[in-house]
Amino acid sequence: MSLKPKLKVTLLTGRTIEQGVGKEHGKSSKEYLESVSICYIDPEDMKKLGIKNGTNVLVSTDYGSVVVKAVKSKRFPHAGEIFIPYGPWANVVVNPETDGIGMPSFKGVPATIEPAPEQRILSLAELLKEQYGKG
Amino acid sequence: MEIVKAVTCPVCGSLCDDIEVVMENGKIVDVRNACAAGAAKFLNYNCEHRILKPLIRKNGEFVEVSLDEAIRKAAEILANASYPILYGWSSTSCEAVRVGLELAEEIGGVIDNTSTVCHGPSILSIQDVGIPSCTLGQIRHRADLVVYWGSNPWSAHPRHIERYTAFSEGRFQKSTWRRYLAKIRALIAKKKLERAFKRIFFKREISVPPHLRYEPPPFLERKERKLIVIDVRRTKSAEIADYFIKVEPGKDYELLQALRMLIRDQEIETDKVAGVPVEYLEEVADVMVNCDFGILFFGVGLTMSGAKMRNIDAAICLTRDLNMRTKFVIMPMRGHFNVTGANVVSTWQTGYPFAVDFSLGYPRYNPGETSVVDILLRGESDASLIIASDPASSFPKKAVEHLAKTPLIVIDPHMNVTAQIADVVIPSAFVGIEAEGTAYRMDHVPLPLKKIVEPPEGILPDEEIVRRILVEVRRLKGIGGS
Ligand code: SF4
Repeated sequence: MSLKPKLKVTLLTGRTIEQGVGKEHGKSSKEYLESVSICYIDPEDMKKLGIKNGTNVLVSTDYGSVVVKAVKSKRFPHAGEIFIPYGPWANVVVNPETDGIGMPSFKGVPATIEPAPEQRILSLAELLKEQYGKG
Repeated sequence: MEIVKAVTCPVCGSLCDDIEVVMENGKIVDVRNACAAGAAKFLNYNCEHRILKPLIRKNGEFVEVSLDEAIRKAAEILANASYPILYGWSSTSCEAVRVGLELAEEIGGVIDNTSTVCHGPSILSIQDVGIPSCTLGQIRHRADLVVYWGSNPWSAHPRHIERYTAFSEGRFQKSTWRRYLAKIRALIAKKKLERAFKRIFFKREISVPPHLRYEPPPFLERKERKLIVIDVRRTKSAEIADYFIKVEPGKDYELLQALRMLIRDQEIETDKVAGVPVEYLEEVADVMVNCDFGILFFGVGLTMSGAKMRNIDAAICLTRDLNMRTKFVIMPMRGHFNVTGANVVSTWQTGYPFAVDFSLGYPRYNPGETSVVDILLRGESDASLIIASDPASSFPKKAVEHLAKTPLIVIDPHMNVTAQIADVVIPSAFVGIEAEGTAYRMDHVPLPLKKIVEPPEGILPDEEIVRRILVEVRRLKGIGGS
């Protein structure tokens, strides 16, 4: 059995124009869901992981793990850094600690990433059921 | 065909007020001047995800109910709770926020707006050290150096650059649009050359294209408006900048302090700070000191990572240092269109801009304790009302877990993520499209929001819904009539 490649990376989350537009289409829309259940990865890192554009990957942090779709970053180089747009998928893995000022750490969370082609991305309803038991 | 002019766009904190909406038979058919995000809102607000009937969860499933029933249920939940939270408020009008504050006081709850997870740290820091700022109009006409730090206006405030900074045509400062076009053309030509070169000689990929490496920036010497972007990612905004500095994630604080040292003519005894060679920093410091009117816009890249509010302290101190040499101002890039208004109204009424706790009968403010994320993480609240916001898609999982566990009321035009896990859902009209109101731009300039079309039948604006809940709460508690 070959060992699965796994990378230690820094997770950033943030806004993208696609997410901004998708949001206005409605939070249950295909546009929105497709714009936030993805993860931008540096082409070099994709090579190391042996994955292609569109392969599902498992992103894990101390706070949770989530399956998202790998998208080759157009804004490389940023090897060792991955980017997930703000949204329900990103929230599963960000650091909730507010350091006593009310503000969680949404950027710069240590994470690991590994290929997960056999796992599928949950739909929003499934994600809500799985994480919160409602929806 | 009818055109409604000077419409304010109710999407982001840039609050563009030059939008033209084309109407036909009482419907919006086209939008002019808006960016993609703004246009999407005007053209799609009435999409299939709109909630048209109030919903209450019964035995795990949503059931359509009358508005009166939904309001009664919401009021019951809030009146019976001992520590409810009222959260959201940044995508609605100042008038709605005002009624929300009244409701919070009546039920002894905590009222917090989205700045708690956005520019909350900036506000804390401004309360500590103050802020030298100005309006966007002044920047448009006068700023000859524009710095965006930890902010990606191209994506988050798409018309900010065009309307207020580098690409705007000011009275004393010219737009740099042409220069950018020339640069893009040169870049494309260079890329083509490189590709041809690669095909002929290497037949393999070069890992870092030379144009992405740090190069001495010749354009920083120009006597024209300049644009510098400092970020952890090479964003689209970074690409249009005259100079881009890529800072290592979480190291903004070091970089800010290094710049402060350089501006005070102190020596830095290493080669690199936060992954940036000191010589480049020296150049940037030079440009900052030598400008006539500089502006530092900072985004949530600074407030959300590393030192959080201390980053903002450092950024404001940097601006203060710069003011000893030239004129420099600083401004947070506020996200939601009326988050500034939510802070302003909250401050008028309670003395505090966000995270206001009424549980003792008077307003108390202690972010970290009275901020919503912390209350949720500690599992203290026993009911929540979420309005014009979607915390289930913006809070960390652990906070959302508690939100889902306790009775949850959502007031929103759309079936957003939070509404999907709610117990009571009350549909509302879109303020700025179907209802009037006031909103504050990121530079604290208040602008009117217009009512362009009628809301769907039976759907009320946020202000009206919150007022009705308040009246019902008072009735339940046996206080006053209407
Ligand atoms: S920049 Fe912001 S306010 Fe202006 S049109 Fe775009 S979304 Fe609307």
